Amino acid sequence: MNKGGAHIDNGIAVAALFGAGIGCLVLGLLTLLTKVSSTIENALDLYAPTGPVSGITTLAVIVWLVVWAAMHILLRNRQIDLHKVYIVVLVLVGLGLLACFPFFEAPEWGG
Amino acid sequence: MDFMGFTMHESITILHGMVMGAIVLLVFPVVLAGLWCLRPEWITSKGLKKHLSLIKAGTWIISIFSWLTVIVGSYLPYAWYRLKPPVSAHSMSGLDLMKYPAAYLLGHPNLSAWEEIAMEWKEHAGWIVPILATAVAFIVTYYNSRLLEEPKLRNALFTLLSIAFVVAAMCGLLGALITKIAPVQ
Repeated sequence: MNKGGAHIDNGIAVAALFGAGIGCLVLGLLTLLTKVSSTIENALDLYAPTGPVSGITTLAVIVWLVVWAAMHILLRNRQIDLHKVYIVVLVLVGLGLLACFPFFEAPEWGG
Repeated sequence: MDFMGFTMHESITILHGMVMGAIVLLVFPVVLAGLWCLRPEWITSKGLKKHLSLIKAGTWIISIFSWLTVIVGSYLPYAWYRLKPPVSAHSMSGLDLMKYPAAYLLGHPNLSAWEEIAMEWKEHAGWIVPILATAVAFIVTYYNSRLLEEPKLRNALFTLLSIAFVVAAMCGLLGALITKIAPVQ
């Protein structure tokens, strides 16, 4: 239904939430990939002074916006189980945050 | 070029962390409290309009300032932070190396984790904040007073904004601690 009705479909909210979750996951995955592959690290080094952070964040933002726009078009008139989407988005954001952690170069504290 | 005793690099680093970052962190609790209190049984019809205006303004302030914070932070202070010393770090005195914060931290085994763990996580994870904040701001603006009828959606927005707040606070804390040990000059 539209905004003037008694009820409004949640598809547009689902698209925004899911897009944000995918954006976070892509950010984390790209960060992880630059740690394990020097080829990917070099490919994402779009602006030398900041290094691969420039490519990782640029690509993640582009993917986020494209996924959001696509989901917006696909889901705008649909009613979706928000609880399931909420769980999936939490998992995507959690994985994104976890993947940002530098597992492959953690030194020991102290010394 | 100095401004009240601060170099240009220091001034922009302050703008990044202590002005824009601080605005984001200060507005987060206001919006979270607003979202928490957005319940049909707690809100009067007169108060609803002002309450929603506060939440909408707050979410967009967080969104805009968090974008500015991460973009400025990643492309200016972070670029100065990771400047490479002109000669081998081992052959430079500690005082000279302080001009190259990342190299200074990596040159000291007891400090290297600040660069290799703290900064590595913060420089990437910080970008999650504006992504989540923008999605929440858009949904709040689009659904407006209909949010009152959508408790599941309100809970989802509250949780995601809380995650963004925690990440922003951790990034701010790590940034402040790293700057304390190895400031951008």
